[in-house]
Amino acid sequence: MSVVSPATKPGSPATKPVNLERRSLLSAIRPSRAILNIVLVVSAVFWLVPTIGLAIISLRPESLFQQSGWWTALTAPSQLTLSNYQTLFAQGLVARGVLDSLITSLEITVPATLLVTIISSLTAYSLVFGRWPGRSVVFLVIVGLLVVPIQVALIPVVQEYRVFGDLSGFNPFGTIPGVVIFHVAFGLPFGIFLMYNFYSGIPKEMLEAGRIDGAGEWQLFRRVALPLGLPAAASLMIFQFIWVWNDLLVALIFLGNNKHATLTIFLFEQTRTLAANYWIISTGAMISIFIPLIVFFSFQRYFVRGVLAGAVK
Amino acid sequence: MASVTFDHVVKRYTSDLTVVKDFNVEVADKEFMVLVGPSGCGKSTALRMLAGLESISEGQIRIGDRVINNIAAKDRDIAMVFQSYALYPHMSVYDNMAFPLQMQHMKKAEIDKRVKSASSSLGLGNFLDRKPRALSGGQRQRVALGRAIVRNPQVFLLDEPLSNLDAKLRAQTRIELQKLHRDLGTTFIYVTHDQVEAMTMGDRIAIMNAGILQQVGTPGDIYDHPANIFVAGFVGTPTMNFVAATVQDGVATASGFHVKLPKALPAAKGILGFRPEAVTDRIPDPDSAMEMKVDVVERLGSDQFLYGKVGGDSVTARVDPRIKVEPGDSIKLGLDTRTLHFFDSETELALL
Repeated sequence: MSVVSPATKPGSPATKPVNLERRSLLSAIRPSRAILNIVLVVSAVFWLVPTIGLAIISLRPESLFQQSGWWTALTAPSQLTLSNYQTLFAQGLVARGVLDSLITSLEITVPATLLVTIISSLTAYSLVFGRWPGRSVVFLVIVGLLVVPIQVALIPVVQEYRVFGDLSGFNPFGTIPGVVIFHVAFGLPFGIFLMYNFYSGIPKEMLEAGRIDGAGEWQLFRRVALPLGLPAAASLMIFQFIWVWNDLLVALIFLGNNKHATLTIFLFEQTRTLAANYWIISTGAMISIFIPLIVFFSFQRYFVRGVLAGAVK
Repeated sequence: MASVTFDHVVKRYTSDLTVVKDFNVEVADKEFMVLVGPSGCGKSTALRMLAGLESISEGQIRIGDRVINNIAAKDRDIAMVFQSYALYPHMSVYDNMAFPLQMQHMKKAEIDKRVKSASSSLGLGNFLDRKPRALSGGQRQRVALGRAIVRNPQVFLLDEPLSNLDAKLRAQTRIELQKLHRDLGTTFIYVTHDQVEAMTMGDRIAIMNAGILQQVGTPGDIYDHPANIFVAGFVGTPTMNFVAATVQDGVATASGFHVKLPKALPAAKGILGFRPEAVTDRIPDPDSAMEMKVDVVERLGSDQFLYGKVGGDSVTARVDPRIKVEPGDSIKLGLDTRTLHFFDSETELALL
């Protein structure tokens, strides 16, 4: 701790004890703030280095990969080229190619994300603002489902899909809807939990005012709860998108034999062959990082603080 | 425009938790009725049953001739102003006020006309594009009023609408609400715990305690003729003096004084009640004079209140502000016998 010497500035009102106290407080804050900044920068660098390395590998010619480490590019930026990306995209929409996988991933992730967000919001609205008995029990059961691991359910769900297929003629196993349904089912407990907690923070009077103002439940949901819940819905969308996007296990089991593979399966298959496909892996991984980043940055503006400010005193 | 009738209304949450017990009030068309009582007395619950936010356990509530027990809140044609205002924070002032009209599928031009006229009469004309968070407490309160006014409802419900305002603004808004009531010519039902609001605003007041309606009447009626000790103590500041007394031959005797009652009562023990303004430094009748040992002196400029002991009883007196009294002094005070109250000590009902 720094000590303030009373003789720093002659003539300054350093004799007042209040002043002294304040100054020593200020000087105590500064070094700790510096330490905080250093810790932040160090941890940020730690987190970013592998990603930066991956990005540079994807931007270096394949031939250089065996010869030198990616960090040499930092001093010789002329090594960098987009040729890996061009080669990868040049494959076009070939089945199990990178573009085809990209589309398959989007076909799974976008509906799964939207469905989870919409169904969670509706369910949470009913659980929080509805007036039917047993709401809290239902909520508890849903929260309880959070602990069910995905792996446990894989085989039973495959069997259920088969039964469903026998009955209806459409077996979702091996299809994109099959994967979407699975992800929605496992995304809902968390989604409902998140939206429930957020809606619980909305003052009840606001909904009551709406009821008296003549709004039905659907209008209350659409005009009051949904707009107020946007920050929560946006975070749910981001979480859900990233989970489904990065999923390999479910896609591999339900879609492994499908003509179209997800991006994660595409990358996974590159590692199985012993040949040096590192350029594909790094380039493909960068592509798979890029999409969630877009999602994140386009939704982050909804994280507005104090959306509820001004509603009630 | 309509009357409102509470007919033997009961609100029961569980078999042993009844918050409103056999509530009977008739609110006339265009009347300003105030429901007043301490917190938890059931006044808000009564209002919420009328609004359709709580179910009615027993009895009937009617608006005009229409029984509304099983009519949804949105179809009751009432507007409500909440204590917390309950504005929609994501909507502008304009949209907040337009919302109930949009719910009625009113034409855009008509909505615009109504919102503009309500907002200008409330002095909100310049704030229509603002969000509630950019408004002061008083402005938010007026938006909440405006949202109710635009609907032109049959009944206006107000649930402690002034309690979040500071004292000055509250006094001002009290007057504005009375004007509003006169201009709109709509039935107002106003819930408050503040007896000053009740006394100043209500055409009639209904006083509740512990879920039971105590008395309904005009402010003057309730002040001059409280039905029981609760009402007598609830209305008026400082609160009424209550001293134990014995009646014998038309004279009530307390520990420190005795007074001749204006009306003959059978011999009994009970509680004698008299307001502070009945105890003054003027002594109309030397027989009922009393000696007060002063504990606390409160000078308000226009009034001077003395708190002290008369015999064994605590008594509050209102004396001429020019009289110099210090704590510890003894002062001789007189009692105005015209405004005496006498209550049965068992039933607490007024006998006089």
